[in-house]
Amino acid sequence: MTVDWANFTPWTALAGGVLIGAAASLFVLLNGRIAGISGLLASLLEPGAEGRDEKLLFLIGLLLAPLPWVLFGRLPVLEFQSGWFGLLIAGLLVGVGTRYGSGCTSGHGVCGISRLSARSIVATLAFMAAGFGTVYVLRHLLGG
Amino acid sequence: MRKLTSFAAGLLFGLGLLLSGMANPAKVIGFLDVAGAWDPSLALVMVGAIATALVPFTWAKRRERSLLDAPMRLPSKRELDGRLIGGSLVFGIGWGVAGICPGPAIAVLLSGHWQVVLFVLAMLGGMLLFSALERRRTC
Repeated sequence: MTVDWANFTPWTALAGGVLIGAAASLFVLLNGRIAGISGLLASLLEPGAEGRDEKLLFLIGLLLAPLPWVLFGRLPVLEFQSGWFGLLIAGLLVGVGTRYGSGCTSGHGVCGISRLSARSIVATLAFMAAGFGTVYVLRHLLGG
Repeated sequence: MRKLTSFAAGLLFGLGLLLSGMANPAKVIGFLDVAGAWDPSLALVMVGAIATALVPFTWAKRRERSLLDAPMRLPSKRELDGRLIGGSLVFGIGWGVAGICPGPAIAVLLSGHWQVVLFVLAMLGGMLLFSALERRRTC
């Protein structure tokens, strides 16, 4: 294993994590809700889901986060590594998988681990392992 | 008031995602590529988030109502079943293919990249597919 020090950004990663953790904490302490993005999105697709307004407003806040950001600087560069077919397959897998698995990086990885839920710890280990394995297969075995 | 705090929490969550580097798919793939030139940065996103949220969530778990008097809606499921593990594996494969997970996808949806729009549409399609399969199962 070689570490890519040139791209290592420990301080922004840590500070970004603190903001994410603070936002999830505010949402649970003030609104009594889990800031799990896949779960919030899914409940918007269900007619008559509980607490739709609050969930929608959280997602609108998330969607509009680039607006205050651009007052202070340029948006981060986004480099995509897959073409349309890869994005389509990835999106489908993420949509189906997060519903069967009841959560994603935010709901399980941040909120679930923070409340020491065994389900979330298992789910996070599973999706991390699958992520590592998938990149290994695509980059090093298939050489994409 | 709870609507305002929902919006503010979402906004702060998005700013954190933008700052952390999670929004850049190449950065995510660099983190998941342990056999190549590994960029460990994103492990620190989880460290920062969990270190910050651990005490507030421990407090939240002990409460029946939120500070703004809403019911505390924490997940009640306990089973470590095949759906949880299988679903998470499928999610992880999708995450590894494109380097995008749901939070960052929404945070950069309006940034003008067609790739994010396509990913989000496919993800919502996947969620609808799940709902359709679930309805068939329970009918």
